[in-house]
Amino acid sequence: MVEQERMPIYEALKEYRNNRIVSFDVPGHKQGRANTKLTEFLGKDCMSVDVNSMKPLDNLCHPTSVIKEAMDLAAKAFGASHAFFMVNGTSSAVQAMVMSVCKMGEKIIMPRNVHRSAINALILSGAQPIYVDPKMNADLGISLGMTVEGVRQAIEQHPDAKAVFVNNPTYYGICSNLREIVKMAHEAHMQVLVDEAHGTHFYFGENMPVNAMAAGADFAAVSIHKTGGSLTQSSLLLLNDNVNQDYVRQIINLTQTTSASYLLMSSLDIARSNLALNGKAIFAKATQFVEYARDEINKIGGYYAFANDIVDKDAVYAFDITKLSIHTRRMGLAGIEVYDLLRDDFGIQIEFGDIGNILAIISVGDRMQDIERLIAALAEIKRLYEKSPVGLYDHEYIEPEVVLTPQKAFYANKVSLPIQQTEGCVCGEFVMCYPPGIPILAPGERITKDILDYICFAKDKGCLITGPLDVDIEYLSVVE
Amino acid sequence: MELWFSEKHTENIQFQIKLEKQLFSGESDFQRIDVFQTIDFGKMLVLDGVIMTTERDEFIYHEMITHVPMAVNPDIKKILVIGAGDGGTVNQLIKYDSIERIDVVEIDKMVVDVCREFFPMASSFDDERVHLFYADGLRFIRTVQNEYDLIIVDSTDPFGPGEGLFTKEFYGNCYKALNADGILVNQHESPFYEGDAMAMRRAHQRICSVFEVAKVYQLHIPTYPSGHWLFGFASKKHLPEPHAERWNMLGIQTKYYNTNLHKGCFMLPTYVTDMLKSVEK
Repeated sequence: MVEQERMPIYEALKEYRNNRIVSFDVPGHKQGRANTKLTEFLGKDCMSVDVNSMKPLDNLCHPTSVIKEAMDLAAKAFGASHAFFMVNGTSSAVQAMVMSVCKMGEKIIMPRNVHRSAINALILSGAQPIYVDPKMNADLGISLGMTVEGVRQAIEQHPDAKAVFVNNPTYYGICSNLREIVKMAHEAHMQVLVDEAHGTHFYFGENMPVNAMAAGADFAAVSIHKTGGSLTQSSLLLLNDNVNQDYVRQIINLTQTTSASYLLMSSLDIARSNLALNGKAIFAKATQFVEYARDEINKIGGYYAFANDIVDKDAVYAFDITKLSIHTRRMGLAGIEVYDLLRDDFGIQIEFGDIGNILAIISVGDRMQDIERLIAALAEIKRLYEKSPVGLYDHEYIEPEVVLTPQKAFYANKVSLPIQQTEGCVCGEFVMCYPPGIPILAPGERITKDILDYICFAKDKGCLITGPLDVDIEYLSVVE
Repeated sequence: MELWFSEKHTENIQFQIKLEKQLFSGESDFQRIDVFQTIDFGKMLVLDGVIMTTERDEFIYHEMITHVPMAVNPDIKKILVIGAGDGGTVNQLIKYDSIERIDVVEIDKMVVDVCREFFPMASSFDDERVHLFYADGLRFIRTVQNEYDLIIVDSTDPFGPGEGLFTKEFYGNCYKALNADGILVNQHESPFYEGDAMAMRRAHQRICSVFEVAKVYQLHIPTYPSGHWLFGFASKKHLPEPHAERWNMLGIQTKYYNTNLHKGCFMLPTYVTDMLKSVEK
């Protein structure tokens, strides 16, 4: 048997089921018998393996047998020296890697367009962010990647920083020059943490941008559930050679559940095997779908489905061609408007829409006929709703002024003010559109008029704004 | 020994036909295709386990999907037929000398190949006015503008390869592909069993949101679930009234359709009218 055909957790669960063990342990639903409605809904097979840690099934907090074997196989499949199975999403993987390298007051270099989970990690650890301007593509209205020059300057100005955090690829598919960033960081004795939430396929597909482990990064957080086929919320944290895995495990265990779900863990195990054995074909097929869709969407006119044409070998060092990112503003429609029309009028759910763009996630699970529906619906939206692009918000990178560390601001004494009266104050909470979940404001940042205008515009266009205590976003908490 | 074909019309209702033998079975890129010799219905085409057409009752479906729009506008010259790989629809259309061009877009070439072998009506594809395209209907129509007098959507059910032909984006693209005189006629499912009725209401709602005129007419197909079937008639301006005298002058031979039935088939049972009204704006 080829080694990657093995699925130790899956095999152990099957054996457990076949042994018909009588359970006087948790979960109390007892193979579903105590909750017939749920069992009818999810299926008996599913409920029968929703079980507790026990000797034959290992324990995620202290893996010694089947979970350890499964994680070792995952590490091999991803070319890492160690892999942790994560059951609280890639958010927990991002937090674990930040907290593994930064303690209270220590510096970490990162682009500002990180996911909220990275800044949450700063609140938990007390680390201080050194933001690198991720550069904007003004035309598309999206932030890009850190330039090598930007990282070099940050390293020179902050030689005491502990780590460089890279978003690779971004939600939109933009990659930085990872190899060069790793080289510079290591020369300065800094570790490199990569948020690779959207990059599972970099490890298996052909002609993909370099993945974090191959580029020599020290940590990578990989959302197998996003494009790799495991269940939502399951994820991997990968480590390279010189990271102390036992210390990282202690950090993970600070916040990780002691009742890790075997549904999630077995899904990681099975997805890993499938990716290792069939990943090349899987992502070739997905790429073929996306390239077809991109060509056809660009033929409609009005839309701009971008890809390698925006690569400049600097702020866009490479592009992840499996991402179907589409700019909509040239038709006078905000991305969020197209996103809503697709769902409400055409019954098509895509990943997200922001001010100027939409993103559709395409995977091997899609069918050609569904791709045709997406293209046809976009053509219809253009025919019915196209208008002049005048008056749509044109935004620039707003350089944040970090007045306090996220942790200090988060725990400071705060007052709640009507949002329009907060200009000049230091923000005490997050404000972001979700998705994509990149903070517009993070705790500790100065609130400016530009930022307030942007929040109002996004709200007006129908973006789901999250973060603040006040769910209606009429008030913001600011530091006293 | 007895050989029976059975099809589930609902979870609890099954329809059976006694067979003489199986003539063909194959799996295309899109669906499973079977042809049977039945005792009472002649040859029968089955896609993914669902009866599509039989030699005995095909005339009802194919006459009603073609002669209704042709009698409303006898000047129709250029037609797009989507689906219809069995050739039955085209077989009715070629009876009109006035028609100049018939484009047929069928996603599954194997259906056409199999029907050419077993169903004489598929020889209608050989008419020189017919142009066959093996493509996804939704894709074909996306780039067409102001081109056709009539579009006939002769599709399978909205589960499987025919799914895209019941969507709002498809109807919108049809609207764009039709000229100002344009008419759209479509296979509109059945009002009787809940599953079919849901698809029927949804299709009507979507067509209403796109076309100025959106009506529904009924017919009776013995081999379809409940036997009670509907077609949709939508247009930019034409109401579904027949040019009876003109059509009858053509002398086209039919077994089901006539211009009196044409007027009557738009008169629907109350429960169907209520269902349609419930989704109209």
